[in-house]
Amino acid sequence: MEPMIKIENVSKTFRGKENTVEALKGITLEIGAGDIYGIIGMSGAGKSTLVRCLNFLERPTEGTVYVEGRDLSAMSEKELRRMRTSVAMIFQHFNLLMQRTVLDNVCFPMEIAGVPKKEARERARRYLEIVELSDKEKAYPAQLSGGQKQRVAIARALAMDPKILLCDEATSALDPTTTRSILALLKEINQKYGITIVIITHSMEVVQEICTRVAIIDAGVLAESGTVEEVFASPKSKAAKRLVFQGERKVALMKSKRCVRIVFTENSSFEPVIANMVLECRASVNILLADTKDIGGIARGQMVLQLPEDEQTAEKMIAYLKERNLAVEELTDYVE
Amino acid sequence: MLNSAEISMLLEATGVSVYMTLVSTLLAYVIGLPVGILLVVCAPGGLKPKTVLHKVLDIVVNITRSIPFLILMLLATPLARAITGKSYGANATIISLTLAAAPFIARLVESSLLEVDRGVIEAAQSMGAGTFAIVKKVLIGEARVSLIVGSTIALGTVLGYTAMSGAIGGGGLGDVAIRYGYSRWDTKILLATVVLLVILMQLIQFAGTKLSRKLDRRLTG
Ligand SMILES: Nc1ncnc2c1ncn2[C@@H]1O[C@H](COP(=O)(O)OP(=O)(O)OP(=O)(O)O)[C@@H](O)[C@H]1O
Ligand SMILES: [Mg+2]
Repeated sequence: MEPMIKIENVSKTFRGKENTVEALKGITLEIGAGDIYGIIGMSGAGKSTLVRCLNFLERPTEGTVYVEGRDLSAMSEKELRRMRTSVAMIFQHFNLLMQRTVLDNVCFPMEIAGVPKKEARERARRYLEIVELSDKEKAYPAQLSGGQKQRVAIARALAMDPKILLCDEATSALDPTTTRSILALLKEINQKYGITIVIITHSMEVVQEICTRVAIIDAGVLAESGTVEEVFASPKSKAAKRLVFQGERKVALMKSKRCVRIVFTENSSFEPVIANMVLECRASVNILLADTKDIGGIARGQMVLQLPEDEQTAEKMIAYLKERNLAVEELTDYVE
Repeated sequence: MLNSAEISMLLEATGVSVYMTLVSTLLAYVIGLPVGILLVVCAPGGLKPKTVLHKVLDIVVNITRSIPFLILMLLATPLARAITGKSYGANATIISLTLAAAPFIARLVESSLLEVDRGVIEAAQSMGAGTFAIVKKVLIGEARVSLIVGSTIALGTVLGYTAMSGAIGGGGLGDVAIRYGYSRWDTKILLATVVLLVILMQLIQFAGTKLSRKLDRRLTG
């Protein structure tokens, strides 16, 4: 099947007076229709630049992007503007018009596209209902919370019936609860309307929560891509490993000790594997980190164990875990 | 106290000052607003970067702004005569006032529009908005409060210029102040013109502040 978005060898170099920045270096990526595709990377990795290349707000220095098979680099300015009506975008700082009411903000893209005012208002009200903000249509953005503002932005993005929704750090300015509710809303939109969603984030949690596939960008280079499960279960690149363990300071304490990370798959997580292992090997382990996530409807968890110093027992434990079809990985080599 | 002839003369002069101020500010906006918009749109990194046009406008605005008002008035006299047929009086003064205020207003407009959040402009671009729509709906729409504050400043400045223009027969309160206050040493009249100018300035400021408060949706509550 034709990918919704095809990024082909995209490079972007910013030339300043004193310095040049290579923000993107030869990125090639395909995003399928109906995907919720996460693009993750550290600050300054080039994520925003990449997402702005997807609707040609930023013209790649090299390479091109195809949206539904159409080459954006071959489009005229006018054609690009038309294309953009079907590629909506939401932002970290919401970017609402502060001098307009919520309703008029949602009407804005339709106003630009020349939709008659009456029809635009009716449609806007429908989308405000979807984001559960019908009671706020007369309010101004300054009177709303961050989460509410992002909901308005989502309603505004939906207003043109887009095929693609680009989200640049859409939840980075929100607290965890609000983040979860916005992500749930995005998931709902993806499922109900079949809109392909691209999520730019620096948080693995966001990716785990809703993405089906993920690409990891590191210093302008595509480090790794695949299904969220693959990347999460066995991160290959250094950048991916860093992100999977992001925020887990405890990992640093494991230095020079023998640690393994295990990833639970479908059935195994419900078995008391660790307890059984401890009983069988007659040695205790330290559980340094454990969390479970619902990824794409499958319960998945990771656990970092500190094994006993005794070599033999440690080996036995690893073998035990492997026997039970768990992905086991030693952490020593990259816990820095 | 002032006799009735003096009072009616002062009132008439006030009327002339108000007329000159309003008309020349309006005309100056006809020139200054588009120039201010172009300065923003054509700037490097703007919506439609046009290096040469931007540079030219920038230099012209700078030069006209750096000429002292009185000298600009003298320079504009031939133009005023060509347009209004006279080189003195309210209408002739309006021409030079307009020329003097336009570059100042262009800068005011430019700085107001530059305050608009880049993110909002980017959002509009991502919706497929063209340059014209962005200027009209985003730049002007979002900066309207700042633009109104700017126009209050512009009116106040032009009012000050009208008073100065009295020095070369411009009419209005400044003219009265020079003719009576300075030439005939009539302190009463001189004071009266000052008081009237102060009142006018206060009115402009009051109305401007009131209007911008009323229109600003960023203020909650
Ligand atoms: N318009 C620009 N001119 C010059 N350099 C730029 C420009 N935009 C981005 N860059 C540079 O490109 C690199 C990537 O920036 P980008 O904004 O894409 O990073 P990011 O991954 O989105 O980071 P963050 O998570 O902080 O938003 C940075 O080094 C940045 O300084
Ligand atoms: Mg960014």
